[in-house]
Amino acid sequence: MARSTLVPKPIRRHPAAPRAKRLLGRMLIYAALLSWTFICLFPIYWTVTTSFKSAIDVTQAHLIPWIDFQPDWKGWRSLGLSPDTLFGTSTARSEFVNRFVNSIITSVGAALLALILGSLAAYGLSRFRYKFAWMRNDDILFFFMSQLILPPVVLALPFLVLYKALALLDTRFGLVLLYTLSVLPIVIWIMRDQFNAIPIELDEAAFVDGLSTWGAFLRIILPLALPGMVAAFILSLVLCWNEYFFAALLTSTDAKTLPVMVASQTGSQGINWWSMAALSTAAIAPLVLVGIFLERYIVRGLTTGAGK
Amino acid sequence: MQNPVPASEELHLKPAAARAPGSRKTAGRALVALASLGFALVLLVQILHTTGTIATGFSDWRPILIAYLMWAVAFGTGQVLTRGERGQRALFLLPAVFFTVAVVIFPTIFGIYIASLDWNLSSVEGPRFSGFDNVRGMLNDSYYWNALGNMIFYTVAVLGEYAIAFGLALLLSAEIRARKFFRVVFLLPMMLSPVAVSWMIGKSLLEYRFGPAATLARYLGWDNPAFFASPWMARLSIQAMDAWVSIPFIMIILLAGLQAMPKEVQEAAKVDGANGWQSFWHVTFPIMLPVSITVLIIRIIFKLKLADIVINVTAGGPGGATDTVSSFIYRVYRDRSNVGYGTALAMVYLLMIIVLLTVLLRLSKRWTQKVV
Repeated sequence: MARSTLVPKPIRRHPAAPRAKRLLGRMLIYAALLSWTFICLFPIYWTVTTSFKSAIDVTQAHLIPWIDFQPDWKGWRSLGLSPDTLFGTSTARSEFVNRFVNSIITSVGAALLALILGSLAAYGLSRFRYKFAWMRNDDILFFFMSQLILPPVVLALPFLVLYKALALLDTRFGLVLLYTLSVLPIVIWIMRDQFNAIPIELDEAAFVDGLSTWGAFLRIILPLALPGMVAAFILSLVLCWNEYFFAALLTSTDAKTLPVMVASQTGSQGINWWSMAALSTAAIAPLVLVGIFLERYIVRGLTTGAGK
Repeated sequence: MQNPVPASEELHLKPAAARAPGSRKTAGRALVALASLGFALVLLVQILHTTGTIATGFSDWRPILIAYLMWAVAFGTGQVLTRGERGQRALFLLPAVFFTVAVVIFPTIFGIYIASLDWNLSSVEGPRFSGFDNVRGMLNDSYYWNALGNMIFYTVAVLGEYAIAFGLALLLSAEIRARKFFRVVFLLPMMLSPVAVSWMIGKSLLEYRFGPAATLARYLGWDNPAFFASPWMARLSIQAMDAWVSIPFIMIILLAGLQAMPKEVQEAAKVDGANGWQSFWHVTFPIMLPVSITVLIIRIIFKLKLADIVINVTAGGPGGATDTVSSFIYRVYRDRSNVGYGTALAMVYLLMIIVLLTVLLRLSKRWTQKVV
């Protein structure tokens, strides 16, 4: 710091490199930003536009609607979601809606269950000192976090056998349990950080006012922790919505989720590009919307702890 | 069981009245004992029924699940009754613990048992104990070792993802307009399901005949733009897709780290006459090292689970060149219904992951201590 007064400022040292170099730097930065924007958006753009193309537009690589090709509801018609088929009956649509509802129920259910279990455990770990055999608070937290490293394959086959015995194969409830397990460590991580940020004096004040441990938690602390809960919930929702591995192994007809449906269509030969594109668009649309409108919660959820 | 001690004695010390009186203690103990007895009884009946010793029993094991749930509730109530305030505190942790025991610990132990069986779900004969036969089979399974070799490639490739993500994070933390727009756009790929990405990129963008990427490659002079034909090209394509999905995650965490960095540090470097590269390499990078190591380890953990994209785009081909351990085990089950062998492979893989991560965590502790 002291040296800074001795060394002249860089601008004065390089009088020949003022505005032009700066401008070039700016341009490079924006060029890089825009090219990565293209990389991020082009696959999405391609998928959405392909769902409106006919065969010839696909084979001739037409890209821009109305100029290159005439958009048509072709892909959406095959899903039963185009304007002219929307009110008729369609087996494709009812299957799609069924998968969509399954995805919503399993992901929302799992995110909620994980949020309840995780918030309780996180509050306990942030406020009280536990001792279980040799395990202290840090060990218990590590125990929960260590489940993150468990690859799904380790649990998948035992679960297949167990669920068969429990008659939980191909049920939404079975999936909810597994998804809860996969996001629980993340929820505990985020929520513990959230509770740690709330001063313990608030609990103290609540006790003085005559609230019990649970009363203080439910009526004073929980409302304050709401932003963290929303972040944890949305992050869990995204992870569960995209989950494929367990769903592919453990569901067959009733509880199939959207990713499984997309995957099974990909596998079949001779599938039309436009209907695949429509299906993919429909599958990613909810999350693109979540990404655009709830971005700050996701960022908040992701950066808890790791950003410190 | 849990024995919560207040975080600070004077703060959470409750009046003596909060301690449970003798009669409640007895009631609590009786409740837990009764519930345990009931649970054991239901379990015993069902085991005897399944083995065919007695006729009465349930058609499936679902009642065991309900019995476990009821036992857990009774146990929690018992804790409150016997231990009063301390029991109430234990109640915060107990649901998550019981849940984890039921869906992680028990299935994992059960998995170790399955791994020692010769069990093909599609064959008529049931499971047969085979000891270490599965592990012995694994040693001779060149496909499994090949998949493990691929995992090394995929894991090392995390460094490339990290480099790109760091670049993007630096761009986003520069003085730019429309920062929010770029941040949302850069985050989008992470939101998409890998399965949809498999189709969007793997099966259509990179399609040999009329995928735009193939068209572009032909235009640029590559006559035969087959992204999934040669082993290395296929591996790189899969890696590129996975990178597309996961770079945003690394980027967001690095960006948070950059924004938390004190501004004075960089200004001081600038004043000292450091150019862009010097101030990055000698100031920014060392300060970011702890965050970097954290995010790299998290990313490696997730990378070791890579399966969705491989299953859906190449199914491990060509000739197993893109196989990950997860996708290989998935096919062992899907194509051969071999539960015992698949589980044995998964268990060995889990052991390897645990060893690898323990080493990584140890090393990372040493590295970060050296710098900070």
